[in-house]
Amino acid sequence: MASKVIQALYTDDDILMHAVKKVRAEHHHIEEVYTPFPVHGLDKAMGLADTRIAITSFMYGCLGLTVAIVMMNYIMIEDWPQDIGGKPSFSYLENMPAFVPIMFELTVFFAAHLMVITFYLRSRMWPFKKAENPDVRTTDDHFLMEIGVHDNEKELKELLWDTGAVEINVTEKES
Amino acid sequence: MYTFSNKLRIGSFIAMAVGLICLATGFLSAPSTVEEAKAMVASAHGDDHGGEVAHGDKASGHAEKDTHGEAAAHVGEHDASHDEHVLHQLQNRPWSALYVAAFFFFMISLGVLAFYAIQRAAQAGWSPLLFRVMEGITSYLVPGGIIVFVILVLCVLHMNHMFVWMDADVVAHDKLLQGKAGYLNPTFFLIRAAIFLGGWIFYRQYSRKLSLAQDESDDNSNFIKNFRWSAAFLVFYLITESMMSWDWIMSVDPHWFSTLFGWYVFASMFVSGITVIAMITIYLKSRGYLEDVNDSHLHDLAKFMFGISIFWTYLWFAQFMLIWYANIPEEVTYFVTRIEDYKLPFFGMLAMNFIFPLLVLMNSDYKRVNWFVIMAGIVVLLGHYLDVFNMIMPATVGDQWYIGLPEIGGILFFGGLFVYWVFNALTKAPLQPKRNPFIEESRQFHY
Repeated sequence: MASKVIQALYTDDDILMHAVKKVRAEHHHIEEVYTPFPVHGLDKAMGLADTRIAITSFMYGCLGLTVAIVMMNYIMIEDWPQDIGGKPSFSYLENMPAFVPIMFELTVFFAAHLMVITFYLRSRMWPFKKAENPDVRTTDDHFLMEIGVHDNEKELKELLWDTGAVEINVTEKES
Repeated sequence: MYTFSNKLRIGSFIAMAVGLICLATGFLSAPSTVEEAKAMVASAHGDDHGGEVAHGDKASGHAEKDTHGEAAAHVGEHDASHDEHVLHQLQNRPWSALYVAAFFFFMISLGVLAFYAIQRAAQAGWSPLLFRVMEGITSYLVPGGIIVFVILVLCVLHMNHMFVWMDADVVAHDKLLQGKAGYLNPTFFLIRAAIFLGGWIFYRQYSRKLSLAQDESDDNSNFIKNFRWSAAFLVFYLITESMMSWDWIMSVDPHWFSTLFGWYVFASMFVSGITVIAMITIYLKSRGYLEDVNDSHLHDLAKFMFGISIFWTYLWFAQFMLIWYANIPEEVTYFVTRIEDYKLPFFGMLAMNFIFPLLVLMNSDYKRVNWFVIMAGIVVLLGHYLDVFNMIMPATVGDQWYIGLPEIGGILFFGGLFVYWVFNALTKAPLQPKRNPFIEESRQFHY
């Protein structure tokens, strides 16, 4: 289904921030903002919900820790018991200090990699995906704000010119 | 201007008085003869067997030693020297309790001084609003440092047996200590202590003077001077802090050494210091002072608490793992005594200083909840008291440790003195620096 959207371009992140705040104050729904770099505080200004990636990170860390414990227990204690540091106790707990670096590394490894993968998928980015970017200039020096049009095109245009937009386009968007 | 609340002042005096009584009781009840010491050990064994994990180990450790004694040829001689050893340990206990508590609170203000100097040397923009709080805490460096120095002088005067290498008789029979005598001798020990304390106290007083002068001046010259002195101080501090930890702490076990000990002690004092900055800031804010300190400042302090707790664990583990892995007898005895006789404080400290802050302070939102940071801070402080306890006690009192009157008295007395001194210093100057060039940035600071 195609929907009609209005796209306003800005050339400065401060002006963009003010524009976002003003548009939100007028109760228009901002669908998306495209920026060439992360703009500090934009998520709060747009009223986006807090990220939950920290929670996934904690879970992935726990998973990594578990994998490390199970793996070292199988390799070094059960499958081929090792005499570690001249202490042939063959108990995981008593040899634990030797495994701590591995437990730490795998916790970090799992948390970091799975968190990045989660972030890409959640942002709907995967290999061979066609870019959603409506205007190539947003990868250079322009900021683009996209607002859905519901029979209020004229009013919206006036508001956006007011906020300091340098260009305004109205297009049909496939979604 | 801050006015010292009456409740807090009276509270600190009561803590000091009660602490003093407990300490005095501890000193008076220490045995003075071998017979008394024997009787105390016997009754302690009879009394509280079920109480603690460590107690059981203590008993079994004793049994082993006794059988050893019988197996050896000189039974009588061994027993006598063992009894004398126990007497010394019991006599050391109130001294060690005093020393651990005195050092712990001194270490807090020294940790804050390092944090403060780093902020100054880095010309940090977020923290100038907290400078007066930090300066208040470092004011304790003067009385705290003098008390620690007096205790060290009393050690040199053989009032106790905490530092065995100070005993000429022991050194005469010990080849290793003779080899170290060029560095580890009472005179040089006190000269070094005086140099360390003199340098730290000088920087603290001078930096405070410049900080106050900056408020009244019409250019930034005091600020720049402070920056230069702080950078120089950090160099001095990193060397002297490390040597201080060998002298004042590591030398209670004069045969044992660890090359990263200085860093490990530093991490402990750093995290305790930052925790106290956070707690005092929250307290002052709750009383309506420090209006411009916002959530983000507290968030940053809590982040430091979290981060330095992990850093402490990293150093603790780095030291432990290498010694555990290599298993060299002269090194590993350090941890063997701790794990055998100090199981509860040794592992309890790990839980309090690592697992607890890791889980509790990990969440970003919790770092902004004031009461949460206070509760976490109390546990971290107790954990680092235990850390110092574990550094000193095994060498000075051995398996005769107990957290009783002298230990709690020490905490109360020095805690009370610390609170009184710090809050008294806070009343001496406006809590917000006026003319720090970064004050506006600090006021606008947000994360």
